[in-house]
Amino acid sequence: MVNLTIDNISVSVPSGSTILQAAQAVGLKIPTLCYHPDQTVKANCRVCLVEVEGARGLQAACSQTVVEGMVVRTSTPLVFKARKAVVELILARHPQDCLNCVRNGCCELQDLAQELGIREIPYAREIKGMPQDKSTPSLVLDPDKCILCRRCLTVCQEVQTVNALGLRARGYQTSVGPAFYQQLNESTCVMCGQCTQVCPTGALAEREEIDKLLDALADPSKIVVTQMAPAVRVALAEEVGLPTGELDMLTLVGGLRRLGFHRVFHTNFTADLTIMEEGHELLERLNNGGTLPMLTSCSPGWINFIETFYPDLLDNLSTCKSPQQMFGALVKTYWAQKAGVDPAQIYSVSIMPCTAKKYEAARPEMQDSGYQDVDLVLTTREIGKLFRMAGIDLKQVPPSEFDPWMGAYTGAGVIFGATGGVMEAALRTVYEVVTGNELANLDFTVCRGMTGIKEAEVDLAGTQVKVAIAHGLGNARQLMERIRAGEADYHFVEIMACPGGCIGGGGQPRQTDNAQRAIRIEAIYQEDVALALRKSHENPEVKQLYTEFLGQPLGDKSHQLLHTHYQAKSKKLK
Amino acid sequence: MDKLQAIVDQYQKVPGGLIEAFHAVQDEYAYIPEEALRRLAKAFEVPLARAYGIASFYSYLSLKPRGQYIIRICKSAPCHVKGAAEVVKTLEEELAIRMGETTPDQLFTLEFTECVGVCAETPVITINGEPYGDLTSAKVKEILAQYRQPQ
Repeated sequence: MVNLTIDNISVSVPSGSTILQAAQAVGLKIPTLCYHPDQTVKANCRVCLVEVEGARGLQAACSQTVVEGMVVRTSTPLVFKARKAVVELILARHPQDCLNCVRNGCCELQDLAQELGIREIPYAREIKGMPQDKSTPSLVLDPDKCILCRRCLTVCQEVQTVNALGLRARGYQTSVGPAFYQQLNESTCVMCGQCTQVCPTGALAEREEIDKLLDALADPSKIVVTQMAPAVRVALAEEVGLPTGELDMLTLVGGLRRLGFHRVFHTNFTADLTIMEEGHELLERLNNGGTLPMLTSCSPGWINFIETFYPDLLDNLSTCKSPQQMFGALVKTYWAQKAGVDPAQIYSVSIMPCTAKKYEAARPEMQDSGYQDVDLVLTTREIGKLFRMAGIDLKQVPPSEFDPWMGAYTGAGVIFGATGGVMEAALRTVYEVVTGNELANLDFTVCRGMTGIKEAEVDLAGTQVKVAIAHGLGNARQLMERIRAGEADYHFVEIMACPGGCIGGGGQPRQTDNAQRAIRIEAIYQEDVALALRKSHENPEVKQLYTEFLGQPLGDKSHQLLHTHYQAKSKKLK
Repeated sequence: MDKLQAIVDQYQKVPGGLIEAFHAVQDEYAYIPEEALRRLAKAFEVPLARAYGIASFYSYLSLKPRGQYIIRICKSAPCHVKGAAEVVKTLEEELAIRMGETTPDQLFTLEFTECVGVCAETPVITINGEPYGDLTSAKVKEILAQYRQPQ
């Protein structure tokens, strides 16, 4: 341990700690901007400057490690003056159009300007004047608002290994974006939106589409239906001022009705359905010498990734559409039929933790109902904004039940929201289908948690099934390299584009760091264990769907509506 | 582009070879064409965004087509004090282009550079790496005339 004093407070921290960590240990908040708890220290913004006795000049608290007897001062006139100058210089190159910025009220730069009491900028204003990139349905890149902290680069290059974003030019001309100043849709961008989770300003954000929903709700000819992904409830709580996971599901249903949705359903329903289809697809591949390992296909960021970087392994991908798209195809066929509604009238909205889902919904493959299967995708953040816009306090909304036929779900559907959840849900069902025995213990804990790559072997009536789980595309890449090289003998692999799975998605409330991911995962498993039904094949409405409409898993109708094939993306992108 | 393949072969195994390869490409084409950058990125297994970041970072590397003769003017303090501005003015007038531009006949490109280390003879320009010192307006015109003659 190293002993030092910070603002006359004695602190003892492990050797190798930074001043920032030591200050946090005694409850002192040193402001930061480029620092991110999950990333390597960059120390480029210089906002965290502190005085260190005997040191020449001010020191960056995020990078300076502590030494025995160090005397640190974090709140002196000199420190405040320096921090203020740093932020003033950043603001001199910032548009300062805060009132109409997507991050208004939730911006780290804005907060910092407020905390430091900045009232005027003594430097000449100089804005880059670069165009916004709205080339994808998912993201908006606004280089003028970028402060060059490089957090997005760490995520895009190191965590996700997508490398769509890079630095261009140098000095005053430096900007972040794809090579050759191309648009994101010409780059390797997979639209996972992880960059929007770490951007401290409005430089990288989701593409907002709230207005489209408002227009649809105001159109009397439309029946507006909604589904929400497994990971939405736990995190939406954070948007509406509740602790993670503590937003009651039926209260949320009531809230969505108050927003004006005509029918409220759940993506958990088609998550259960996905298990029925994908579980049987796995068994078919195992029994009939199909391409193995079979790779899950729920995560649209992951689909974009495999299309871009591993098109040679597309045959390994399960042909199942994602739960969002299965829902979209069914609500305009099965549900429309049962409800006696013209599918042309249905406006299908999904609430997703994900920015890539916006792209997925717009894919040409996704029109098997005869219409665009999903008309609009809103992120968890957007739906949070909508509740605030409409003045709906979810703490005071009476609960309401889901609408029939596509709202029932089991714990297996719920855990789709966390890394390893699809695998665990599949194992619960596949085990019982294969063995005919009831599972004694439903908890495949080996599938759970934040370890980057998880592996397990499961005994299915004498057959050993080897499975692997990766979350975050950097981990997915490692696994895919081994599969491509023939060094992996897995049967079934779950891959989620975002670290932690969907609970850590690019559309989830800010700030999603790894600590917050762990809290949300915990909330997901609590929801699962509290449910009476925890196996997809026990979902009564899924059973009804097969009896009345689909026939059997992998049947003709399933193939027509619930399965698809993906294509290699242009080689030029690499 | 088999010249490009030769460059790849020469530098692929060298540590930090990508930058060497960039220089070699530039020696060949006077700049780094987009196709060359894409091919080098692939050959060196460096993501395109990063390769572009490197190529666009160094002022010595150019991603824009340039002329046969690249004239660089030192913009550091000693040359500045000894009248680099006058040299810039003469060059821009004589060639009828601005700094950073290339003449329509693809003969000359004007660029700024940092100190070239010939501070005893300020102000200094280099033409394709060859230094010319103690410049005056008249001397600049003389030098340009030499380069304009068919060689």
